[in-house]
Amino acid sequence: MAAFFSLIRRDLQLALRQSADLAMVLAFFVIAASLFPLAVGPDKVVLGRIAAGVVWVLALLSVMMSLDRLFHNDYQDGALELIVLGPQPLILVVLGKVLAYWLSTGLPLLILAPVIAMMLNLEEAAYLPLMTGLLLGTPVLALIGAVGAALSLGARRAGLLMALLVLPLYMPVLIFGVTAIEAATTGFNWQPHMLYLGAILAAALPLAPWAAASAIRQALD
Amino acid sequence: MHRFANPTRFMKVADRLFPFVSAGFLALLAWGLYGALLASPEDYQQGSTVRIMYIHVPSAYLAVMIYGVLAACSASVLIWKHPLADLIARASAPVGLVFTVLCLATGSLWGKPMWGTWWDWDARMTSVLILFFLYLGYIALLNAFDDPARGSKPAAILALVGVVNLPVIKFSVDWWNTLHQPASLLRFDGPAMPASMLQPLLVMMAAFTFFYLMVLVIRLRAEFAAARIRTLRITGASE
Repeated sequence: MAAFFSLIRRDLQLALRQSADLAMVLAFFVIAASLFPLAVGPDKVVLGRIAAGVVWVLALLSVMMSLDRLFHNDYQDGALELIVLGPQPLILVVLGKVLAYWLSTGLPLLILAPVIAMMLNLEEAAYLPLMTGLLLGTPVLALIGAVGAALSLGARRAGLLMALLVLPLYMPVLIFGVTAIEAATTGFNWQPHMLYLGAILAAALPLAPWAAASAIRQALD
Repeated sequence: MHRFANPTRFMKVADRLFPFVSAGFLALLAWGLYGALLASPEDYQQGSTVRIMYIHVPSAYLAVMIYGVLAACSASVLIWKHPLADLIARASAPVGLVFTVLCLATGSLWGKPMWGTWWDWDARMTSVLILFFLYLGYIALLNAFDDPARGSKPAAILALVGVVNLPVIKFSVDWWNTLHQPASLLRFDGPAMPASMLQPLLVMMAAFTFFYLMVLVIRLRAEFAAARIRTLRITGASE
């Protein structure tokens, strides 16, 4: 357990010291969001209609773009090999790295999301489902992303490949996240959709680190 | 199963079966097409457009079935390092991809006259679209490494992760209210279709399955030859 927490501390420290990476992801999130009012026109009704979807898609893309930070640097400088050789179970190691990654990427995105939603004139009733959905959904994105990142270790054009692997698996999260907001703004109960997201998180929490760990193991063979 | 782990031994059997499979495919296709295009009745609502079904349903069935084969082979690659399973998975993926495209394309051609739209984002279509993306990702991952043998295990893991999509495809029409009609073949109370339409449909499905087997043997031969050329190159042999 001590190793688990020290791994999280190490990854968080690394993320903070290379804070330019994090800043770039957040900047991408904001800049890409500000393209939409320019593209579809500043009409508040239209923007409010698409706001939730835009926030969700951009959160998804931001997570995906920073996925190479998860294992790739450690893979290149050999640290990953040492970590794998250590006595800790690899599944826990992956879980720790994903947790640190979520704390350093998912959480800032979560804090930034309502600001962007406001810029895009999201309805007031939609904020709570949006934030709950992101709170449950971004860890799933990080977990599934870890599988994609581990699978593409050592591949040519790993970034593009990762998008191809990960985006189809992100779709269910996106669907439930957005339908909850749809339900909330049309006056229906949005909690059931959150239960689905929670169920996906509960399934991904043990399964995704398992798949990622076996992918890492064969990448280091 | 492990008796045929040796590809040479397996290919000997496969080569012997190949003429029967090809002949079976041609015979079934001829019978199925006759039944589908000429002998089967028109639908009382859809008219002749219902005949798209005889291509659409077998393609959909093969798209899902081949993904099942892919996943089963991937599991045995990861568990037993079965060399033949790796070759079968490699050879099957593009075939499955093509049938997924065929399923989406014929579905869209059928959707335009019947539903008035080429495409609708309902659960069945979206999950088949995800299947298409999974096939693409699988093939891309398989070929993403400089050493061609290196891609087979990551791709196998991806194929197993993608299995979650198969039950979603099957049950999407029951779980959500969709534009796509609910299941009419695999039902507890038997197929909801008159025998005059069911029979050509089943023949077409059998013909498509034989086609898959035929293409699989051809592609396995090619994979096999490619692997042999690679080893020859590595060992430095020249002509």
